[in-house]
Amino acid sequence: MARVIIRSLNKKFDGVHAVKDVNLEIHDKEFVVLVGPSGCGKTTTLRMVAGLESITSGEILIGDRVVNELPPMDRDIAMVFQNYALYPHMSVYDNMAFGLKMRGFDRIEIANRVQVAAEILGIQEQLQRKPRQLSGGQRQRVALGRAIVRHPQVFLFDEPLSNLDAKLRIQMRVEIKKIHVRLGTTAIYVTHDQVEAMTLGDRVVVMKDGVVQQVGEPLELYNEPANRFVAGFIGSPAMNFATVEVANADGALWARHEGIRIKLPARIADRLRRYLGEKVTLGIRPEDLRVASSSDTADLSFDSVVEVIEKLGSEILLDVKVGPNTMVAAVEPTVKAKIHDRLRLALDPDRLYFFDGTSQAAI
Amino acid sequence: MIEGARWRRWVFFNLPLALFVIGLLFPFYWMMVTTVRPDAELYRPWMAPNYTPFWTLHPTLDHIRYLLDETLFSRWMLNTFFISVLATAISLFCGLLAGYALSRLKFPFAGSLGTGIFITYLVPQTLLFIPLADIIRNFRLGDTPWALILTYPTFLIPFCTWLLMGYFKAIPRELEECARIDGATRWQAMVYIVFPVAVPGILSAGIFAFTLSWNEFIYALVFLSSPEEKTVSVGITSELVRGDVFYWGSLMAGALLGSVPVALIYSLFVEYYVAGITGSIKG
Repeated sequence: MARVIIRSLNKKFDGVHAVKDVNLEIHDKEFVVLVGPSGCGKTTTLRMVAGLESITSGEILIGDRVVNELPPMDRDIAMVFQNYALYPHMSVYDNMAFGLKMRGFDRIEIANRVQVAAEILGIQEQLQRKPRQLSGGQRQRVALGRAIVRHPQVFLFDEPLSNLDAKLRIQMRVEIKKIHVRLGTTAIYVTHDQVEAMTLGDRVVVMKDGVVQQVGEPLELYNEPANRFVAGFIGSPAMNFATVEVANADGALWARHEGIRIKLPARIADRLRRYLGEKVTLGIRPEDLRVASSSDTADLSFDSVVEVIEKLGSEILLDVKVGPNTMVAAVEPTVKAKIHDRLRLALDPDRLYFFDGTSQAAI
Repeated sequence: MIEGARWRRWVFFNLPLALFVIGLLFPFYWMMVTTVRPDAELYRPWMAPNYTPFWTLHPTLDHIRYLLDETLFSRWMLNTFFISVLATAISLFCGLLAGYALSRLKFPFAGSLGTGIFITYLVPQTLLFIPLADIIRNFRLGDTPWALILTYPTFLIPFCTWLLMGYFKAIPRELEECARIDGATRWQAMVYIVFPVAVPGILSAGIFAFTLSWNEFIYALVFLSSPEEKTVSVGITSELVRGDVFYWGSLMAGALLGSVPVALIYSLFVEYYVAGITGSIKG
């Protein structure tokens, strides 16, 4: 078990600056997820921790050792790859035993450890099979088993669930979480799927274009996104955005745009006062929109036209047109709406997000 | 598969396939018939009333007997085998390391070096044997098997390197990375993981290299002169064509027996060989 510290990490590939000045401290036994769109540098960061990619500048510590120049084999880590990377010419048993054999463990110890890992993962029956005889889920289990038997200081996961179908992905997600709780090994997990990030991570690191956008616990990212990118990336369906102008009228501040005219509560108004007369980005989560009732004031609601209805069972997603903007509202399944209906949507004044028009940082 | 009416299958699949098979196997059939045909039939003019070019009614083993007893055929076979195996082993060893390095390691000019190696393969042997003959003479290797064992790799190594390079590229990089994280050095990852996975590719490179050296003619003709040092391809053509007299029966017997080892190797490894050429890896 160990902590991992990343200091001012940079990576340049022939002129492309893939990872920019990443600083991160991962505590012992913590499960940290790196998440972001493809090409954001998350996998490159992980590969640098693994030692598969050289470091342009910066420092990586595993435990208390600087590992910058150590080859992968000496870093005491285990990695699970997206395509499983099982050795096709070896049986499941040999796949799991390979790392231990390389490190000179004796035969009995190897057998014990493989047996224990196989039990944890429920693959005792498959030990003598070859990887090509296994299903996708079983292969992923073997890949996990190969990492577990080594008792490494850190687990590295590189999108391990991306090749599985949706149902299996959820199942394996739970399994990975259980294994982490049971073994308590420090883990760094890379994914592009924000749901995976939110469900698995003790803390989540959101990256974009090689830069860390925000580090925080899942709900922290959801409730207090640092900028527009994080706000749009975390949460499903994604947050609605509209460019609005901050205006002063009737002794209060208003966020105005075609079709939208919202009176800002005093708490938010204080923060927005310096943007008076300027344009800012308004963010509203779909789940914070609801169909207005007669008791809702006109100041906190707006008119919309229903364009698409997605019935998910537990909720209904309405794609609506508000002025020139399209928004999504997640409403109660009991709402009866038809396409082209005019619908008045109300919002929760405490759950409005504002972002600077140019820097996109949260206000 | 061809779909639709049964005649379509016959016209577009079975018939072309049959023509193809016949076309490919006919030379071997001709060799076989000529081998067992008595001289009297061999030299019978085509207008003769009992002229039967496609079969014989009086098969004989005389030609084979002559080949084995009166020529150094078995010696030639041994020579060829010895030379081919060693040349193949050398080329495969170099090709494995070069192919791995060119496909996996990052170093300056890796791409142009790969192309450079391929270009050497394109230099025709009929040109290359002239400077090589000079080298062979300087090293006093003429008329020894080493003249061929050391010159065959000049075209076999580029060939093996290219074939294996392509094969290594098809093996997921993660396999090796995983092995290196698991505790293997790059060398161990190569030997324990990459090479075993590349067995089909290595086998087909080996088979190809062996066949090329087995059938090689021009170097063998130029660098070897005494009858007891010759290889099969040169031995047969030089010892069984005397002036303008062709010993057709024994010539064909030699060609037939000479192709047996290659045919055997191909049939033994056909599955690996096809997988190696089509580059299919299941993992």
